[in-house]
Amino acid sequence: MSITIKDVDHVANLARLTLTDEEKTTFADQLNAILKYAEKLNELDTDNVEATSHVLPITNVLREDETRPSWPIEDVMRNAPDEEDGQFRVPAVLE
Amino acid sequence: MAAFDMRLQDLHNQLHSKEITVTDLVDASYRRIAETEPAVKAFITLDEENARAAAAQLDKVLQEGGERGLLFGLPAGIKDNIVTDKLTTTCASQFLSNYDPIYDATVMKKLKAAQSVTIGKLNMDEFAMGGSTENSSYAVTTNPWDKERVPGGSSGGSAAAVAAGQVYFSLGSDTGGSIRQPAAYCGVVGLKPTYGLVSRFGLVAFASSLDQIGPVTKNVEDSVYVLQAIAGHDPQDSTSANVAIPDYTAALTGDVKGLRIGVPKEYLGEGIDPKVKEAVMDALRVYEGMGAVWEEVSMPHTEYAVACYYLLASSEASSNLARFDGVRYGIRAENPDNLIDMYRKSRSEGFGPEVKRRIMLGTYALSSGYYDAYYLKAQKVRTLIKQDFDQVFEKFDVIIGPTAPTTAFKLGTQVEDPLTMYLNDICTIPVNLAGVPAISVPCGLADGLPVGLQIIGKAFDETTVLRAAYAFEQQTEHHKLRPQL
Repeated sequence: MSITIKDVDHVANLARLTLTDEEKTTFADQLNAILKYAEKLNELDTDNVEATSHVLPITNVLREDETRPSWPIEDVMRNAPDEEDGQFRVPAVLE
Repeated sequence: MAAFDMRLQDLHNQLHSKEITVTDLVDASYRRIAETEPAVKAFITLDEENARAAAAQLDKVLQEGGERGLLFGLPAGIKDNIVTDKLTTTCASQFLSNYDPIYDATVMKKLKAAQSVTIGKLNMDEFAMGGSTENSSYAVTTNPWDKERVPGGSSGGSAAAVAAGQVYFSLGSDTGGSIRQPAAYCGVVGLKPTYGLVSRFGLVAFASSLDQIGPVTKNVEDSVYVLQAIAGHDPQDSTSANVAIPDYTAALTGDVKGLRIGVPKEYLGEGIDPKVKEAVMDALRVYEGMGAVWEEVSMPHTEYAVACYYLLASSEASSNLARFDGVRYGIRAENPDNLIDMYRKSRSEGFGPEVKRRIMLGTYALSSGYYDAYYLKAQKVRTLIKQDFDQVFEKFDVIIGPTAPTTAFKLGTQVEDPLTMYLNDICTIPVNLAGVPAISVPCGLADGLPVGLQIIGKAFDETTVLRAAYAFEQQTEHHKLRPQL
């Protein structure tokens, strides 16, 4: 199995990236090399092995549902590329 | 740089007796930066005005005989993926070239409480993806030992700044070796704590299940003090471990009599530079001389670690980096056709090639139809790799081997070949996958370049790792070698 330019287009779309034709060719080659190397994992029988998503024996870390002060709006907006009335402004979602 | 070569206790005593001031230390730091930075290029941002103001404040504390923190007055460099309130934090990415954080990472709050002085933000591979710091979109940091070579990465600035005597210590982050490998290449000490020991709140996430912040220092003793200052449970990080923090100075005994050392044959096999292997064998003889015992062991899944890691880390990264969309912070592309186009253009303009490559790999591994074959498979292999460690630690106190298979390579020689670059991490990656602590300490030179010895311990047993590292340092002079700049 090998990654085609069409696959690269599909993945780039999922990842919200626009790639140049040169990038597409390079990434197709490099991803093929990396994934070919990753196929090494298939040498191992993992049918009866549990997956590890992280190493700590903790799940569902909860805290008390208490009201706490939130950030001042002017601080939150400090890095906004565009804002209006304390809200992030973006191009129209619907035409 | 006499002051920065002093032991922390001696420096504290000199501050106490008013032989030197914090302002002197901060002056020394910026003076050294002025001298060496044209060649080293360790920093992305300097924060001189605030550092001097902080120094003046601390000098006042000194004058008034107030209480002093653990890291009082020590000039520190901070990797640029750790957010600093009102101090630009770029992650070495164009995407965040204008990002001005509105809060301090938990480690920064802890450093402030310990009263170190932040000198500036250090260069790195973009979003910590890389092993040479060549993926920075700002500058190419060089190795203080040889300016034609890489400092390692991704915390290349953190290691180079300490090696060049620009700061007393620095913080880095380690996802697959990003503290230990540059520490090895630059001849300094780098510690990756157990996953969960140091809060990740305010560390810009690369691979959340692997990332850990840790200190880069000139010696093991300083590593003990910096770790003491930054370790501890943080309710703001849901993966922060709620464990008691021991007094790490208990590690400073110099005694390793009876210590049981496992030496994985896979860490010294194919691909290891014979001179690196020789330095590691010399180190094992030093341990023997101190009454420790070592035995060869096998960690059979080591050869699968790199493939496992790149699938998992890239998958996590593709998810974590989805937040960079041009809406709330960072750059936004001009004149987009619509919202989705704005995301695409902003991301494509803001990210460099390695970041795009990893986002592509991770998105592919998580995409419908490939999830089981790549992502889930890698998570299962991760379990097998962790079991290798569990088994060795049933019989041994620590695992020792090289930090990296070679010494620092030349700039520009691996950047076009991602897979070769990834294979440099063969000895460090398994440690992140298992979540255990490890330190790299200098163990000699090979052709004039530093070699790092890696000491790996059980989860939350930093004390034994530090004890083994400190005892080695007491018996050797390697950590006292300095590059000629």
